[in-house]
Amino acid sequence: MIIIYAILVVVFLSLLIIPFLRSEVKGIIPLISVIIVSILSSIPSIKALTGESTEIILSGTLVTSIIPVRIDALSAWFILTINFTFITGIIYGISYMQAYKKQKSNLSLHWISYILAHTSLIAVCSVQNSLVFIITWEIMALSAFFLVIFESYSAKTLKAGINYLIQSHVSILLLTLSFIWVFYRTGSFDFIAIKDFANSTTAFGGLVLMICLFIGFAIKAGFVPFHTWLPLAHPAAPAHISGIMSGVIIKIGIYGILRMIFLIRTDYLAIGYFILFISIISGIYGVMLAILQHNLKRLLAYHSIENIGIIGIGIGLGCIGLGIENNMLSILGFSGALLHTLNHSLFKSLLFYGAGNIYQSAHTVNIEQLGGLGKNMAQTAFLFLIASLAICGLPPFNGFVSEFIIYSGIFNGIHNATFLNLMFFIFSIFGLVLIGGLAIFCFTKAFGTIFLGSPRHLFHHQPQESSFAKRLPMFLIVILILTIGIFPTVFLKALSLPVSQLTGIKSIDYLPLETSISKTISQIGYVSLLFIGIVGVVFFIRKKFTISNQYRMSSTWGCGYIGQTSKMQYTASSFVRNYRKLAEPLFSVHKFKRDLKGVFPGKAWHETHPKDKIEEMFISHPIRQLKHFLNYFSILQSGKPQMYILYGAVFITLIIAVPQIYSLVISVFKFLNNL
Amino acid sequence: MISFILIVLVSFFFTGIVIRTKSIASGRKGPGIFQPMKDIFRLFKKGAVYSQTTSFIFQIAPSIYFASVIMAILVIPFGQYKGIISFEGDFVFFAYVLAIGKFFSIISALDTGSSFEGMGASREALYSMLAEPAFFLLMGSLALLTGYTSFHEIFMTFHFGSYISYALGVMATFVLVMIAMIENSRMPIDDPKTHLELTMIHEVMILDNSGFDLGLILHATNLKFAMYGALIANLYFGSLPLYYSIPIFLVIQSLFAVSVGLLESFTARYRMSHNAQFIFTLSSVSLLIFFGVLMILGKLI
Repeated sequence: MIIIYAILVVVFLSLLIIPFLRSEVKGIIPLISVIIVSILSSIPSIKALTGESTEIILSGTLVTSIIPVRIDALSAWFILTINFTFITGIIYGISYMQAYKKQKSNLSLHWISYILAHTSLIAVCSVQNSLVFIITWEIMALSAFFLVIFESYSAKTLKAGINYLIQSHVSILLLTLSFIWVFYRTGSFDFIAIKDFANSTTAFGGLVLMICLFIGFAIKAGFVPFHTWLPLAHPAAPAHISGIMSGVIIKIGIYGILRMIFLIRTDYLAIGYFILFISIISGIYGVMLAILQHNLKRLLAYHSIENIGIIGIGIGLGCIGLGIENNMLSILGFSGALLHTLNHSLFKSLLFYGAGNIYQSAHTVNIEQLGGLGKNMAQTAFLFLIASLAICGLPPFNGFVSEFIIYSGIFNGIHNATFLNLMFFIFSIFGLVLIGGLAIFCFTKAFGTIFLGSPRHLFHHQPQESSFAKRLPMFLIVILILTIGIFPTVFLKALSLPVSQLTGIKSIDYLPLETSISKTISQIGYVSLLFIGIVGVVFFIRKKFTISNQYRMSSTWGCGYIGQTSKMQYTASSFVRNYRKLAEPLFSVHKFKRDLKGVFPGKAWHETHPKDKIEEMFISHPIRQLKHFLNYFSILQSGKPQMYILYGAVFITLIIAVPQIYSLVISVFKFLNNL
Repeated sequence: MISFILIVLVSFFFTGIVIRTKSIASGRKGPGIFQPMKDIFRLFKKGAVYSQTTSFIFQIAPSIYFASVIMAILVIPFGQYKGIISFEGDFVFFAYVLAIGKFFSIISALDTGSSFEGMGASREALYSMLAEPAFFLLMGSLALLTGYTSFHEIFMTFHFGSYISYALGVMATFVLVMIAMIENSRMPIDDPKTHLELTMIHEVMILDNSGFDLGLILHATNLKFAMYGALIANLYFGSLPLYYSIPIFLVIQSLFAVSVGLLESFTARYRMSHNAQFIFTLSSVSLLIFFGVLMILGKLI
């Protein structure tokens, strides 16, 4: 109880102080506030992960009735993830925002929204009253909106922000409808009522409720086809905001889905198939579109969709495991999903911070214009490389551990599976492998063209390495990435309670089979360490061998041609050209080019614009149709104030008159009847 | 341990046999079978030329590439003897650790800022990505058939009984041979002896490597060949005792090398634009294996 009041007091005090500070020190208060709130909320979370969950019942108001605040193992896992990402985000953000210190009021609004987003995310994870849940969810959505539109003077940013705002409200609408449905039937806002309702209603009713809630949360999480706000909002936001959005705000959708799976005990097999199918599509579609992007932040945004797909594959497998009562499959599926949630929040925020460094020193995130940054920004290059390897799921980094857990789940599940399940499992293996391969393709392109080779564009100022304050949070993340990669058992242990809460199986260590899995996972850690060791040994031998050899520097081999210019090197578009040719039937890539013609050719150019076909089908096309239909009513919009006043008058008259006329008609009928 | 020693041993003369076969097939005398190894040792002693465009990536990439191949070899079992590393799902690790080597070889090619090397990198990235599902579907089917998920246990329990299992063995061998050819950039996919940079894949990626680094890359290719040969051999000798399995191993490796040589002598490289489709069809062969396994287990109907 004290913790909640303490958090609220800290937040309100800092919200009051921020507007009155000078813009150079504006970041300090939110930093302190975020750290205090993180510490305060981490205490019950760590307790919950060790088995002691907290439950506080607030008395609430007449409307909301009692407000239960429960921090159980599942909430705790997400709260800890949120806290870590928000702390790294604000350390990074303070120095990132130095570039905007002239916009004083804008900065105040930004930091206020940052604190609100942090607090409301924690609240979303712990409040278990559906009305208050919706309110905190709304605060989160709005504060995230204000964070995204920091550069609101740019029309593009504003448009992306409004797109996000609308889509998140569609999500809220679906959630509200579902919660109202439950409230109407049970008369209670408590989450336990959802459980009771799901138990009492028919299997079909449970399924419909689940799918309705799933879509609501899926819009936030960014599953295909509800992903369209993501690639717009992420590039528009400042780097640290993209980091926390991709790292944790979209994960809150995953939290919601997991919470509902935990509450609504319905036909798990059907839910599992549904989630698995939609996730595999999201994973493959996200990464396939990511490869074609030219804007680094947009590319990373599509990768978030891919990683949400991987998390979803874990959740889907977990649900199928629950449905067919295969304990191993459900444990491995959910642990893989939860661990990947943490992993993705780490490497994706690291990648976005890296993109922020690139943006602030090279003033562009267009991959085609960058190149050779590795020489000027060696540390950023190194950090970005680690994150790229981790997101591709390569050992010895953390992404491999979670993907390996999901793989082991599938390979454990294929024994004694029915034909239909087998088809789903093979489909998920195929999906995961393809996602992995495509991710490698994408990140070799991104890393290779941004940091390697020579610049593709004349920089007015030589790009500089970013300040230490920006690199510090990135190094913190790298340490955690390596720790998960090398000591995965620690994190698997921490996951045992959230997973057992979801699966209803007591604890991972109690099952005889499980010990073999934790042994395998710990072996992954040793093997990763061994791999680092072997790399070290080979490199050492190389150094010993080559120390006496002579070496010299020369220009790159140009096939006999020595007039090297940076224009001759391979570009990102040419790197993905053969892939684009393969994938073209699936996407509509708009190409424009002008060839060299005539004796005195002008400038030749070539442009490709990858278009999202699903967005076209589900969002743009229906909206165009709707606009077309509504266009018939444009005659009403005459632009004359007199007309508008008339409409108002007509409206008021109708409002008053209709019930009067109605009652008059009724009385006339009554009179006629009496006759 | 024994598999590691044998694979390293075979890697010394594998490419030698391939080259010797090619020379005999084309009616030349040809070098001895240890010539490629001698070349590599000479390279180890040579100095190097580095491009001015390159950064630290170019320096560390060959070592990481080599280490990843070594790491992958450590996972390979030898009949009833486990590899040095063996755990459930180790073939996932096998594929991913090879992938990290590939990641570095691709970015080191991009590091030179060359117009040719990026082309090779792009092709290598695409082709190895397309080949990966075939390997996983194959191993998944074998895991389903045997009920185990580590290389050692899968190969121990995989044995030939019915006609379908023979067909599976043949198809699995075909898939593994083809994956080996793709991973090593050999004939139907890539022509290592072509002289035009525009038609190369792997060779063009390492144009700027020289000296010790080039030696490491070349020997990694030898090791990779022997590693895939060992995987194929493992399909056949189950739990035979050593005095049978070692000769069988050597025979299978030599046969593999000879067939690579013959393939390179008598076939032409596929059109570059059709390679992707060809590689993707490997996945469908793997799917056939999967359905074969379902037939054996009686789950198809």
